[in-house]
Amino acid sequence: MRYLPKSPAERQEMLSAIGAKSINELFECIPERYRLREALKLPGPFSETEVISYFQDRAKENSVGYTSFLGAGVYNHLRSVITDTILLRGEFLTSYTPYQAEITQGTLQAIFEFQTLMCQLTGQEVANASMYDGSTATTEAVLMAERLTGRRRVLVAKTLHPEYRDVLRTYAKNSGLTVEEIPYAANGTLDSKALHSAIKDDVVAVVVQSPNFFGVIEDVAADADAVHAAGALLVVAVTEGVSLGALKPPAEADIVAMEGQSFGLAPSYGGPFVGVIASRDKFVRQMPGRLAGQTLDTEGRRGFVLTLAAREQHIRREKATSNICTNQALCALAATVHLTLLGKEGLREMAHQNLSKARFALGELEKIPGVKRKFSAPFFNEFSIELPRSVRMVNAELLKEKIVGPLALGTPYPELTKTALVCVTETTARAEIERFAAALRRALEKPL
Amino acid sequence: MAYPANFRYTKEHEWVNVEGGVATIGITDYAQSELGDVVFVELPKVGAKLEAGKSFGNVESVKAVSEIYAPAAGEVTAANEELAKTPELLNSDPHGKGWLIKVKLANAADISALMDGTAYEKYIAEKGKEASA
Amino acid sequence: MNAPSSNNKINKATRHTSQNEGLIFEKSSPGKRAFELPPLDVPSANASTELGKHFRADGVSGFPEVSEIEVVRHFTRLSTWNYAIDLGMYPLGSCTMKYNPRVNEFVARLDGIASEHPYQPDELSQGCLRILQLLEKCLLEITGMDAITLQPAAGAQGELTGLLLIRSYLERQGNPRKKVLIPDSAHGTNPATAVIAGYEVENIKSESHGQIDVEKLRELVTDDVAALMITNPSTLGIFEERIPEIAQILHAKGALLYMDGANMNALTGITRPGDLGVDVMHLNLHKTFSTPHGGGGPGAGPVAMKKILEPFKPVPVLVEKENGKLALDSQRPDSIGKVRAFTGNFGVLVRALAYILAYGPGVRQATEDAVLNANYIRKGLEGVYDLPYSLPSLHEVVFSDAIQKRNGVNTMDIAKRLIDYGFHPYTTAFPLIVPGALMIEPTESESKEECDLFIEAMKSIAEEAAQTPELVKTAPHTTRVRRLDEVAAARKPVLRWNPASASKAAR
Repeated sequence: MRYLPKSPAERQEMLSAIGAKSINELFECIPERYRLREALKLPGPFSETEVISYFQDRAKENSVGYTSFLGAGVYNHLRSVITDTILLRGEFLTSYTPYQAEITQGTLQAIFEFQTLMCQLTGQEVANASMYDGSTATTEAVLMAERLTGRRRVLVAKTLHPEYRDVLRTYAKNSGLTVEEIPYAANGTLDSKALHSAIKDDVVAVVVQSPNFFGVIEDVAADADAVHAAGALLVVAVTEGVSLGALKPPAEADIVAMEGQSFGLAPSYGGPFVGVIASRDKFVRQMPGRLAGQTLDTEGRRGFVLTLAAREQHIRREKATSNICTNQALCALAATVHLTLLGKEGLREMAHQNLSKARFALGELEKIPGVKRKFSAPFFNEFSIELPRSVRMVNAELLKEKIVGPLALGTPYPELTKTALVCVTETTARAEIERFAAALRRALEKPL
Repeated sequence: MAYPANFRYTKEHEWVNVEGGVATIGITDYAQSELGDVVFVELPKVGAKLEAGKSFGNVESVKAVSEIYAPAAGEVTAANEELAKTPELLNSDPHGKGWLIKVKLANAADISALMDGTAYEKYIAEKGKEASA
Repeated sequence: MNAPSSNNKINKATRHTSQNEGLIFEKSSPGKRAFELPPLDVPSANASTELGKHFRADGVSGFPEVSEIEVVRHFTRLSTWNYAIDLGMYPLGSCTMKYNPRVNEFVARLDGIASEHPYQPDELSQGCLRILQLLEKCLLEITGMDAITLQPAAGAQGELTGLLLIRSYLERQGNPRKKVLIPDSAHGTNPATAVIAGYEVENIKSESHGQIDVEKLRELVTDDVAALMITNPSTLGIFEERIPEIAQILHAKGALLYMDGANMNALTGITRPGDLGVDVMHLNLHKTFSTPHGGGGPGAGPVAMKKILEPFKPVPVLVEKENGKLALDSQRPDSIGKVRAFTGNFGVLVRALAYILAYGPGVRQATEDAVLNANYIRKGLEGVYDLPYSLPSLHEVVFSDAIQKRNGVNTMDIAKRLIDYGFHPYTTAFPLIVPGALMIEPTESESKEECDLFIEAMKSIAEEAAQTPELVKTAPHTTRVRRLDEVAAARKPVLRWNPASASKAAR
């Protein structure tokens, strides 16, 4: 087998050195009746060429050749070939968590740069080395708020990503937390009246996403006052990181939980992505996950180490701030390389292109009879439109024209069966937007 | 380092110094040397109620965390705020500037059951022997 | 530093030039760019009108402004400061640092694989779904279990998923119970996870050979116990011989057996946890199934289970319809819910399947070689280092620093000295039941030659520990930075770059 670096003679030599007659002797510690007598029934072995063919065949069964207007927490953005070139360097790809600082300064410095970039983006003071994804980062942010406040009631905007709410509920169920949802107002933002009447001094945190699941930008600064007046913490979730190139950062938040997929990571059918938790310096001891810090070596040179490890499971065990061990270091590196490449101007320009294209797309769609913008609050690169008929029916028509239509909001929000969430990024060509608008018009003109 | 004779000591290596019904509590020199360089101390807020034998805070070194247990029941009247900025006081002056909290004892007599300085020194000497055996 | 580092026994590494490189923020200068977008092909929006008070007119303050060559050099230079499997043996016990096949990276990046959106219709995702289905089948065959979920993002999340499955099952029986039993040799994630699942942790002491104390266990398993979390082989690399009996004890009291599958590299193709009486377990695809560690993730932690737990699987569940088409089904009333958004770390799952396909049934040979390597190293170092538990080793071996400690040299010092010999250190100070542990897991990816070099290096360090202990205690001597001040890092944390702190730190 090509991955195994031993000849039969070498194996024999090693067995002799050990004093074993056969390899089976080394497994005699496993009771005989439990040892497999037959080989596992697995496909293979396959050569490299065959492995590639298998996956190429699967790729053909997917959506190649279709244009998509899906976002909803997973976005298509330009990615430079440089990001993957760096990621594929074995020194990054095949290195372990940097516990041995002297020989992992590369990873450690990159994490330190990642933490810095995330602080700059979110307007927060401290960011960790990454979480699994945005959904678990949001949940961990709530658990962090619980440790800080000692309270039990969580208020969550109904416009927080439905799957993020699902994950939060799974974790909250056995932590003694109760989760209540705050409805949205007619313009698509958090219903501040409902928030005011729900918030009391027993609330752990209020969780708001911006831009929210409908694509609408929340007035985080206004929400913050009400939240803080009740002694609760404001958790702001961000699913579309590129928006921060055009939007003021949620500096009023106490904890920001972000999905970093937009920064150089492919959609990859849902993962791996990279979660971010950013917060205030004074809360750092309650942060989950790894943190890299700057220090000096015995000769006075700058270097980096994993620090504040006493919060973590390998030391504190059942009293740890979280059970997280593995994070998403390589994805965080992708985000670091990608954002370094984009830089200040690149991110600003990318954000502006998203805004311009989404605005253009809305204009094109609004020309179609019966199609209306659903929510009036400002948006970034996603917006909700109301159609004269069910989104599912329309999408079935669009699919025939090789268009993956916008997300049907009716599944997570039964009151919105005729509302679709359209996503347009800098990767969507004008011609494709126009083709989509024309196809939608035809679909709606079809008799029912 | 000498263990003050007027202090009382627990088997969990805390010291207690009672003056007029208020007990000052810290960790012993032995405890700090076992822990190594202290990097963070977590203490209860003023007004918190302590239960005898229950953990009221913890002390972190780079690679370990140790709980601190209340030697007696009472209410916290002060916490050493200096430790937030300079946790190293716990290493340099554990019986003095490195004190942790002051507690108004529910029952001052609780303390008298603890070891005095001589008994504690004997106790840690035996622990030392166990370790090297 | 010529004197201490020159050593004619260091055969694996020589000194080399290492480029210095500051933080990227320190190279920034306004006007430089490393990435250009295609021109905008629609009318430019007036952001200030569109976004109003939300508009961030000045862009992200502090973001770097550098050119493409600077980015490439920056990260390439950083990369050269890392040790990696691609450079040599990485004997970190419990971490299974094996070769990461490059074809796995290639297929995960294919157009049609990497490009797929989790919300696209199932009819356009048949390729993705078939990959998931085949991986499920393979992992079920390997573990001998009945059902599986691929959703958990990593081992710790797999543990949580497993305990939530147990909790839901027991709730269905009328009582979720209170406690989870965990041996003192377990990974730290086990107790941390049990607490999140709403359980109290009760630690079990290992008996004198490092195995679960079965007689003690019999006493501890009461009606309050939900499960035992066991790592098999244990973190000592020793097979829990009485595991079928342990399962029976638990089952007799209505409790379940959870197996931490971190050490499946010792068992794959040899024995199956499902046959041993395990009810639920997680797998670390970034360990046994070769997906890259990438400096600490991403991983994936599928959870395999017996039939009784299947109704509680996280949603969505992969189902095959009558017409042979695959679909994701979210309508599962008894499900524990979701532990992560979307369909898990799909890209990692693709890599794991590519690994399994390359081996096929021959994966047994990988396990045999991993165990052979561990035993070869054990034999080579026995007597040189103290072996606290003498039962047979499987994929890893745990020594202690008891002999070297007499000269004041501890496991961390030996580990750091190993760096000078061109190796990554083994795992230090774990498992907790071995004071001063040296936990060595070579994996199947090491040749005899590499194992021999490692044994020679370890022997040579043992000699140094006896004759020139100071040399070992101040190691490493050849790295670009020496031992770093972790105490200062933790007392006064500097966790991000600031323009103000820059001038101070610059050399």
